[in-house]
Amino acid sequence: MKNRRVRLVDTTLRDGSHAVRHSFDTKQVAKIAKGLDKSGVEIIEISHGDGLGGSSFNYGFSKTDELKLIGAAAKEVKNGKVAVLLLPGIGTIADLKNAKKAGADVVRVATHVTEADVSAEHIYAAKELDMMAVGFLMMVHMAPVERIVEEALKMESYGADYINMADSSGYLLPEDVAARIKAVAEAVKIPVGFHAHNNMGMAVANSLAAVEAGATYVDATLRGLGAGSGNTQLEVLAGVLKRAGVDTGDVDFYGLMDVAAEAVDPIMQRPQIIDNGSFMLGYAGVYSSFLLHVYDAAKKYKLDPRDILVELGRRGMVGGQEDMIIDVAYQLSQKK
Amino acid sequence: MADKIKVGVIGPGNIGSDLMYKIFRSKNLEMAMMAGIVESEGIKRARGFGVPTTIEGVDGLIKDGDKDIRIVFDATSAAAHLKFNGPKLKENGIVAIDLTPAAIGPYCVPLVNLDKLADEQDINMVTCGGQATIPIVHAVSRVAGAEYAEIIACISSKSAGPGTRANMDEFTETTSKAIEVVGGAEKGKAIIVLNPAEPPLMMTNTIHVRVKDKQVPFKKIEKSILVMVEDLKSYVPGYQLRVPPTMEGDKVTTIVQVEGQADFLPAYSGNLDIINSAAVAAAEKIAERMLAEGGNK
Repeated sequence: MKNRRVRLVDTTLRDGSHAVRHSFDTKQVAKIAKGLDKSGVEIIEISHGDGLGGSSFNYGFSKTDELKLIGAAAKEVKNGKVAVLLLPGIGTIADLKNAKKAGADVVRVATHVTEADVSAEHIYAAKELDMMAVGFLMMVHMAPVERIVEEALKMESYGADYINMADSSGYLLPEDVAARIKAVAEAVKIPVGFHAHNNMGMAVANSLAAVEAGATYVDATLRGLGAGSGNTQLEVLAGVLKRAGVDTGDVDFYGLMDVAAEAVDPIMQRPQIIDNGSFMLGYAGVYSSFLLHVYDAAKKYKLDPRDILVELGRRGMVGGQEDMIIDVAYQLSQKK
Repeated sequence: MADKIKVGVIGPGNIGSDLMYKIFRSKNLEMAMMAGIVESEGIKRARGFGVPTTIEGVDGLIKDGDKDIRIVFDATSAAAHLKFNGPKLKENGIVAIDLTPAAIGPYCVPLVNLDKLADEQDINMVTCGGQATIPIVHAVSRVAGAEYAEIIACISSKSAGPGTRANMDEFTETTSKAIEVVGGAEKGKAIIVLNPAEPPLMMTNTIHVRVKDKQVPFKKIEKSILVMVEDLKSYVPGYQLRVPPTMEGDKVTTIVQVEGQADFLPAYSGNLDIINSAAVAAAEKIAERMLAEGGNK
């Protein structure tokens, strides 16, 4: 691993949006984006937690229009690039054009791990807009390695600049991560990246395993702010990679710790820990951003959130199906 | 006097073949031609049932088809409908039921607005998700108004064809617009999710509506929805509530499931069943009017 060049991708202002129920305002965003940029982070992702156009009953409404947030970040980011997430089926090319106007340079087009072909039109559009395009496969624990390789190759063929694999449920163990990264990195000609969730307490370890297996891009968030138990904690990962002798460019991990303390701690709504529900996400293989919606439904239907989570996992629900939480809660409440 | 109106189908793929089975069952539609552009399984299937076929597309249908064909279902692509099928059917005075996203003519959700489209030459069937959810949006808006309506359609990966996959934006944008234009919401939003679970999941749709008139009692809204669900069952027998209507503040929520009739496609393809059933229901209504006016020309 020594001297390998790894690029850190911050998603505090996107995945972290789940943890604050999409309540970021322009001041908070400007402060965090400025701190990240000054500390040498190369890609800074910002949008609704469910990507462009995610503001809805289903995923929660954004307190501030995401285009204003993207604009506020773009004003502060001088060295790095501003990225957005787009899930086909939720966000559209029209949303992407608006995000580009607001200052985004990169789009990560995310699909369920077996559905890469729905990303084609959006990746083509991104290239036409002269944006960097990332093919982002979610829930990679739900498909065998050979299938993931097939899907990654599709995204490469559409023009993706790198492939990011997300352990959206925080389900994988380091060896599973390594196998996936290695297989995809060998099959494609573009770099690969990894996005972890900490539901089983494995985020930093899994990110390190990904780097060891050949990942060039690694997602992380300040204080681990993110869906479920959160993501890989950025300032910690930066320190760990430093100890491992990995070259992260000009990332200043003291600077990252300072932004985390000054700009993120004050706005956190709940401690970013592994509580019972968020551990069960990982254990049952459920999409991390379901967590707070599951807590709401459990309260409404007087159920144990763990029962809802296990049933969602059993049914094979995928990213974006937050509406099925109500369905599951209702069906379970009828059985009682 | 003829008691059936002759119809044709352009596009002998999955949708077109399923339409054919539904037309066979219809009381006032007669399957008079299946048109494709190559010799295909679908063409062979139609021929096997004794249906006249052509592989010269819309031109073949007009040239060689029964001169009494008065309604044609277009199950090809948006581009084909815009460039060829739509204009040529119009020229020949044939009513087009457009199942592509082309939408040259107005959107049609039979239970909501078919009565207003009696004189249209080209009607568009919106999307599968639109057919499954807009009636519910309308059921709310007709009694309490709708400031905002949002739908989430989940379809099994196996029933999403390459056309849908290559054009996800077409689905979300068309459905959102029709939620407004037909459903009566001031603002519409549509989300689609593909789920690859095995065995494939039935099509499910969640509908959230923020009502405009907060004084209307929930009982009244609930009743309007329940009546609409029963009405829908008249042409989509597999349509049912998974989660009955609930109200939180000014938000009404309900979840519906659509089980297909498995005419040609498997039962989990409720998404394809409902758009086809709606198209046939629309054609039957139009045929009724044509028959009342003296039948075939």
